[in-house]
Amino acid sequence: MLSAESLKKIDYELTKYPADQKQSAVMSALAIAQDEKGWLTTETMDFVAEYLDMPSIAVYEVATFYTMYNLQPIGKYKITVCTNLPCALSGANEAVAHFREKLGIGFNETTTDGKFTLKEGECMGACGDAPVLLVNNKRMCSFMSNDKIDQLLEDLSK
Amino acid sequence: MINFEIDGKPVSVPKNGTVMDGANQLGIYIPHFCYHKKLSIAANCRMCLVQVEKAPKPLPACATPAMEGMKVFTHSGQAVTAQKGVMEFLLINHPLDCPICDQGGECQLQDLAVGYGASSSRYTETKRVVANKNLGPLISTDMTRCIHCTRCVRFGQEIAGIMELGMVGRGEHSEILAFVGKTVDSELSGNVIDLCPVGALVSKPFRYSARTWELSRRKSISPHCGLGSNLIVQIKQNRVMRVLPRENEEINECWLSDKDRFSYEGLNSEERLTRPMIKQGGVWQECDWQTALEFVANGLKDVKEKYGAESIGALGSAHSTLEELYLLQKLVRGLGSASVDHRVRQSDFRADSQMQGAPWLGMPIAEISQLKSLLVIGSTLRKDHPLLAHRIRQAVKHGAELNVINPIDDDLLTKVRNRAIVAPDKMVSMLAEVLKAIAELKGVEIPDDAKNALSTVSASDTARAIAISLSDNKPAAIFIGNLAQHHPRYTDICKLAQHIAQISDVRFGVLGEAANSVGAYIAGAVPFGNRFGNRNADTAGDRHGGQGANASQMLGMDDAASGTGCKAYILLNLEPELDCYNTQRAVRTLAAADLVVMMTAYKSHAAIQDNYADVLLPIAPFTETSGTFVSTEGRVQSFNGVVAPLGETRPAWKVLRVLGNILQLDGFDYETSEQVRGDVLPAGNDVSAWLNSRLGSLAVNPIEAGKENKGSEGLQRIGEVPIYQADLIVRRAESLQRTRDAAAPLAWMSGSLMAQLGLQTEEVIRLKQEEGEVQLPVAQDDKLPANCIRIASAHPSTAALGGMFDQITVEKS
Repeated sequence: MLSAESLKKIDYELTKYPADQKQSAVMSALAIAQDEKGWLTTETMDFVAEYLDMPSIAVYEVATFYTMYNLQPIGKYKITVCTNLPCALSGANEAVAHFREKLGIGFNETTTDGKFTLKEGECMGACGDAPVLLVNNKRMCSFMSNDKIDQLLEDLSK
Repeated sequence: MINFEIDGKPVSVPKNGTVMDGANQLGIYIPHFCYHKKLSIAANCRMCLVQVEKAPKPLPACATPAMEGMKVFTHSGQAVTAQKGVMEFLLINHPLDCPICDQGGECQLQDLAVGYGASSSRYTETKRVVANKNLGPLISTDMTRCIHCTRCVRFGQEIAGIMELGMVGRGEHSEILAFVGKTVDSELSGNVIDLCPVGALVSKPFRYSARTWELSRRKSISPHCGLGSNLIVQIKQNRVMRVLPRENEEINECWLSDKDRFSYEGLNSEERLTRPMIKQGGVWQECDWQTALEFVANGLKDVKEKYGAESIGALGSAHSTLEELYLLQKLVRGLGSASVDHRVRQSDFRADSQMQGAPWLGMPIAEISQLKSLLVIGSTLRKDHPLLAHRIRQAVKHGAELNVINPIDDDLLTKVRNRAIVAPDKMVSMLAEVLKAIAELKGVEIPDDAKNALSTVSASDTARAIAISLSDNKPAAIFIGNLAQHHPRYTDICKLAQHIAQISDVRFGVLGEAANSVGAYIAGAVPFGNRFGNRNADTAGDRHGGQGANASQMLGMDDAASGTGCKAYILLNLEPELDCYNTQRAVRTLAAADLVVMMTAYKSHAAIQDNYADVLLPIAPFTETSGTFVSTEGRVQSFNGVVAPLGETRPAWKVLRVLGNILQLDGFDYETSEQVRGDVLPAGNDVSAWLNSRLGSLAVNPIEAGKENKGSEGLQRIGEVPIYQADLIVRRAESLQRTRDAAAPLAWMSGSLMAQLGLQTEEVIRLKQEEGEVQLPVAQDDKLPANCIRIASAHPSTAALGGMFDQITVEKS
């Protein structure tokens, strides 16, 4: 199901918790699985459940609670733009409009070439850098003016 | 103890007690939804907010620990405002469909909305709608009504032992559901219907069939497993509409297994027999009671004259009442035969002469929760005894060690410390190893009667671990399960287990298979007379030399008695083609008899089509007769009929009484079932003096030999009784028959055996035992021991096979 490399990473996460509480690693395990697979299928969640010795529904509870887990297929790059108040005051709405125009998609949609998915995000705790966005849950980009967005899309399209 | 005050009244609760505990003690009602005394505290409904002096805001009573000197106000302005506020939020998304909701009339939300809800809603926006989920054939959902108390989720995690429901999503998008494509399959699943404080989870079989206020509530006792669960049977227009648990902390607490809860559907089955039927010239005809009873009486007289009284035999199911079984044996003994038995699935009767009393649990059910170590021999606990398994699960949660010796390794949904999964014919040697280990551990001699048998045995690591677990943790107990009771070497299993219990100084008990397994012994429905129980019993059995034929001999299932059998049979509450150890031989033997009288609540297809029966007498199931069950813990529980008998059905005790009168037997002048009970039980109904699972002196057979090992060469069948096939009523409960537990039997075997035989999964194979043959698909279960095929018994598709644990042959078809 998952590659040996991913399993190794999960095993490492498991070392952080007592042996009889494997389920403590469920969030990291899901993140690792998602990094490999792009999104979490029912089968992947089932696998994680079995690997961590917990009921599948308990894994599903976690996966549905946190918005950073993708339960649908997404593009190669997931761009999550914060639209909370501080960002909105500093131009997040313009940034979103720019994305819509450039990519031809709205929130929760994926470009036809399968490259980009646009998501609406909540506060990322960096209001001083507003507007901010996240690329694939990991890379935070600050002060996203239209120019910087063009630059970002160009870099990613390469 | 912590002393504090609620509404000005002083109360004290133990350390870690909550405000809610104190309020319960004082009888002060604090409104709540998510709080339940048997479940963990979630504090997510917020309905139980109360005012606490010096606290800046209202606190949830269920999750607020009591503190010394604390002053709590449950009905103050602040508390009530908070409660009303919570109620307004709960009602925002709750649909106003009470008029068509099954929960209406017994709904906590409805009740509390009367007290705390506003007369109209301030909320004008659209309400959210949640798609319904398919949770299987027992639970119907209306998820829009859900208020997310998570009682059902916690029940799965904490009581049923398997988390099948969960709350996914968050905030307004939260939903209760089972994992994608799964249903709720726990054998305790019906309890979430009771737990749900709203109409989100309701009973599927009961759905839209009655309003709760139209139903009368009558008390009753479950006729299924040996636990003796207390029931509330709800009826409408002389029809059982629903069954709910009646709380009894010492037995079923507030729970009920699905079998107890949903099997009432079988009572209203179309297969119910409503008029007596006689077979004349090969044709079945309905007739009146007079004709039928005279036919039976004449038939019995004829057989007695022609072949002697000994050729009359009676078999009653242990799901019958004490009164019925007592009169059945009295009738047969009155006729001069001692051949009466209830142990139709037992195959080893060697211990009969050495029994000291009725085999029972050996301890009160409630004490199981306090055990620190257990050894369960031959039982898939959660299927055989769902609520007993729940008690054991709780014990394990509190540190008890569960050890299992069983041929089947199904998930028991609890931690198992040591498991010995061995073929049926290895169970005895496994026990012998444990005995050896415990004797070595304690430094005592192996008892004389087992010494010979154990001379070649040496203890394995597993056996040693089990022995250590039993001797190091007290209190502990050893239980003999259903499968072990059906085992061809039941006596040896019993004897060895008894020695282990004695040496390690732990309790020893036999898990009662049926509601009246203990009562059947006390009623004297056994062929060895009335050595225990049955205080006024007619001693006809003793007059006639004591011993009659046992179930196995009567039905020709015993190898030594093969081909023999009685000439006339009275069968009470039995379907021999499903209920016997060797169904094939049982049916063949019955077919050869002159007269087979079936006292049954159902038109048994096989009885009519296979033509082994001659008379069918319609008798009342437990809801239509008064009677008594003696549960596996020796608790005597009497009950009344809750509805009038269907059609011309009559209570079996009355039928037997009239039959006794027609046959002019003495002592059949009963007016009420209480009089019958009075003849069996002493005043005060204390049967404890007759309860004793121990066997007298009896040598254990050599471990690897003996005729009982007839399955030891070749392939062995593991013929367990599936949960929803165990008795006549549950077999006809439609919804239960649609559950996964009721799936048609497959030929389960390990992958290595499949490879050895060259079989593929799902391939249909021919399975043969003696002259019988069935065709079943193969299924793989690598946890099964080598050379074993697990084929459920008690199912029409396997009825043609033979002994439940005998040899079986496989052919490709």
